[in-house]
Amino acid sequence: MESLKFVRKPKRPLPQNNRITDQRTLDAKEINPNAEQPSQAATRLIVSSSPHFLNTESVPKIMHNVVTALLPATAASVYFFGWRALLLIIVCVVACLATEYAFQKIRKQPIKIHDGSAIITGMLLAMTLPAGFPIFGAILGSVFAIGVGKQLFGGLGYNIFNPALLGRAFLMATYPVLTTTWVWPRTMEKAIDAVTAATPLVMAKFEGKFDVPIMDMFIGNTAGSLGETSAIAIILGGLYLRYKGYINWKLPLGYLGTIAVFSAIFWYVNPAKYPSPLFHLFAGGAMLGAWFMVTDMVTSPVTSLGQWIFVIVAGILAVVIRLFGGLPEGVMYSILFMNAFVPLLNKHTRPKVFGEVKAQKG
Amino acid sequence: MGHKTFARGVHPSYYKELTAGKRVEAAALPKTVTIPLQQHAGAPCEPLVKKGDLVTEGQKIGDVKAFVSAPVHSSISGKVKDIELSQHPGGFRSLSIIIEGDGTAKEWGGPAKDLSSISVDALKDSIREAGIVGMGGAAFPTSVKLAPPKGKAIEAVILNGCECEPYLTADHRIMLEEPEKVVWGLRALMKTLAAPKGFVGIEENKPDAIEALRKAIGSSTDIQIIILEAKYPQGAEKMLIVAATGKKVPVGKLPLDVGVVVNNVGTAAAIFEAVNWGKPLIERIVTVSGNGVKEPRNLKVRVGTSFEEVLSQCGGLVEGGEVEVLNGGPMMGIAQPTLSVPVIKGTSGITVIAASVIKSSVYEACIRCASCVSVCPMALMPYKLGDFGKAFRTGEFKDWDGLSCIECGCCSYVCPSKRPLLQWIRLGKLKVRQEAQKAAAAK
Repeated sequence: MESLKFVRKPKRPLPQNNRITDQRTLDAKEINPNAEQPSQAATRLIVSSSPHFLNTESVPKIMHNVVTALLPATAASVYFFGWRALLLIIVCVVACLATEYAFQKIRKQPIKIHDGSAIITGMLLAMTLPAGFPIFGAILGSVFAIGVGKQLFGGLGYNIFNPALLGRAFLMATYPVLTTTWVWPRTMEKAIDAVTAATPLVMAKFEGKFDVPIMDMFIGNTAGSLGETSAIAIILGGLYLRYKGYINWKLPLGYLGTIAVFSAIFWYVNPAKYPSPLFHLFAGGAMLGAWFMVTDMVTSPVTSLGQWIFVIVAGILAVVIRLFGGLPEGVMYSILFMNAFVPLLNKHTRPKVFGEVKAQKG
Repeated sequence: MGHKTFARGVHPSYYKELTAGKRVEAAALPKTVTIPLQQHAGAPCEPLVKKGDLVTEGQKIGDVKAFVSAPVHSSISGKVKDIELSQHPGGFRSLSIIIEGDGTAKEWGGPAKDLSSISVDALKDSIREAGIVGMGGAAFPTSVKLAPPKGKAIEAVILNGCECEPYLTADHRIMLEEPEKVVWGLRALMKTLAAPKGFVGIEENKPDAIEALRKAIGSSTDIQIIILEAKYPQGAEKMLIVAATGKKVPVGKLPLDVGVVVNNVGTAAAIFEAVNWGKPLIERIVTVSGNGVKEPRNLKVRVGTSFEEVLSQCGGLVEGGEVEVLNGGPMMGIAQPTLSVPVIKGTSGITVIAASVIKSSVYEACIRCASCVSVCPMALMPYKLGDFGKAFRTGEFKDWDGLSCIECGCCSYVCPSKRPLLQWIRLGKLKVRQEAQKAAAAK
C-alpha cells in the first residue's frame, strides 16, 4: 500500500549537545496518515530503544557521595592543623570550580560544575598539601589540575591521570621546598619550639628513624599533608563509599595489601633498616591514595584482572620509591605511573566472553 | 540468596505485585483482528485465504514450506476483510490478514490424552500444524527446536519459568493456574526429543507457582524444579542453561550443542492444548501492567487483537503526558508508535510506562565506573562496544566480541552517565550485518 509510507516530521532543532536524537515522539497520524486519531489523543506515545528502565545512579550522585566521604578527613585536617587547613581546602575547591567553569565556557560546552567532580579534585589536591602552603601556590595547582589534568583532555571521563595528583606533581616540581615544608599539628607539644617539622616518612628516609608511635599515625597526630595524616578519618570515608557501592574493594585493599606484603619482606630481612608494614600503611599518602585516588573511576581499569595488576604494580612501586628512590613518598608517582597504563590494561585484560571456545592451536 | 544463578546481571525493581495476584481473565471477543503473517523468527508465511473468504476460528490462514517457520491461524470466525501491510509490534511492517468477526466463539476443551498412546511423529506434526512458537518473546518456531540434527542427543528439556522481566506475570499465572498443562507439555517435549530429564527453572520470588508445579509433578522423578535467584536476565536462554545445568553454550552454538532444549512454560501449555484439543496457538496470556495503565490485569487475549482494545479493557492509559507502550517488559520490550498494533504469539505483556520515569534523553561522558562491565552476563565490555558501535568501527566491534551481545540491556540499565549503550551496540551489530551483506553481494 503506497499510501502507508512512513512520513517524517521536519527535523526538530537539536537541543543541547549529547541528546539522543532518534528518540522522538510519533503521532498515530504520522505512522498511518489514514488512521483515525486514537481515543487517547491526549496521551502521547514515546518511542525509544530498550531498556526502558534505568536505575537511579547518576554521575553527580556518585561525585557528591565521594565529597561526603571526604568530610571526615576534612574535619580531621581542621582539627589537627587549624583553620588554615580549611582555608586551603576552600581555596582549592573554589579555584578548581572556577577553572572548570572557565574552560567549559571557552569550549562552549554545557556548564557542568555542579556535578561535583571539580570539588573532589579541589579537596583531594588540598589534602596533599602541607598546612602552611601559600594560597597563591594552591590556586596555581588547582588551575593546573583542572586545566591541564582534566579539561585539556576533554573534561570529566577523558582524563588519563588523576587530576588532583597531577596538580600535586606540578606543585612538587614548581615548589619543591614549599611542598615539603610541613608544620606540626597543633595537637602536638613539639609545636612550641619547632618551626618546621618532619613527616614520619622524611624521618625514616633521611634520619633512619621510624619510631613515631603507630597509634599517632593512625589518629593523625603527626606532621604531614592536610588529609594524609589521619588514617582513621580516611578509612571511615572509604568504608562509606564501599557501603554505597561506589568503590570496588579490590582497589584499596589490593593496593594497601601489596604495600604491606612487599614492605614486610624488607622488614623481615632487616627490621633495623626498614620500617614495618604498619608504618608504611599509616605513613604519608598511602591511605588517602588507596581509598580516594586508586579508586578514581576514570583513571583506574575496568576489568577485574586489570584492577589487580594496577594495584599490585602501584603498591610495589610505592614501596620501592619510598625505600630506594630519592623521595620519601612514592604513593603519588606510583599511582600516576599506573594511570598511564590503564587503557592498555583495559585492552589486554578483557574477561573471557561467556561460552568462549578455547583458541585452537596453530 | 543461595539459589542457583549465573554470573553478573542486575536486580531491577520487579513491580510484579501489580498483577501477580490477579487471575487470568478472558478478554472480550474482538470485532476485528489483524493477524501478521510473520509472528515468528524465520520465513514469513504466505496467505492461504483471499479477501472475502469466510474463515472459522482456528483455521490455518497462512503457511510456508520453509523449515524455520510456523503457520498462522485465524483467532476468530468471520470474513477476511483485507490483506495488507500493517504496523507490527516488532517495530516493522508486515503483511497481515485482517478478519472481521461474526461474533461467535468456539469452545475448546477435552480430556488429556495418554502420552504413550501418541507417536512422536504425531506429536511433532500437531506442534508444527498448531503454529507453536516460543512464547517468552523471541517466538522461535518450536518445531525447529524439536528437530535436532542427527547424532545430537538431547539430555534435558528445560522449561523457562523465570520471567525475569519486571512487571510481567503471564508465566507466573500459567504455572499457578494450569500446572497440569505445563507438566503434560513438558513430558510431550521430552518424549519427542527422547530426553530423559526435564527441568523447570523458576525464580524464587514465585513460591506459589513452585508449589503448584510440585503438586502437578507429584512423586515422579523425571522432572525436577530448579529454584533460581530472582535476577535479570535469568530467563535468557544461555543464563538459564548455565544456572540449571552448569553448562555454558559456546559462542556461536545453540543450546542443543550442549544437549539441552529450552522452552517457555507458556509454550508447554500451548502444546497441551494443541495436542489434546486440536487448538492452534490463537490465544495467549498477556500481562497488561505498568504505571501508565489504570487497572493492570492478566488477560487471555486472542492473537490479532489490537493493543488499543486490550488496553481499553484495563481502564486505558493514564491521561495526558507521555507514555511508552511496550510489546514485552521494560528491559527488552519494543516501544510502539501506535496502539493499532496487534497482540502476536510472542506478546508476553503490554507494559505501559509513564515517560516521566522512563529516562532522561541526555547522557554524560563515560566515567569508566566499570558498572557495565561488572553486570554484563556475557562478560563483554559494553562501554567500549557502545563507542565502537556509535562510530561504526565494525572491525573493533567484532574484535571485542560485540556480536555475542544478547541485548539484555543490563549495561544501559546501570550506566550512571545514562549512556544508551545497548542502542549503540545494536547499531554496531546492524552495521556489521550490513557490511557482511554487502561483501556477500560483491562476490
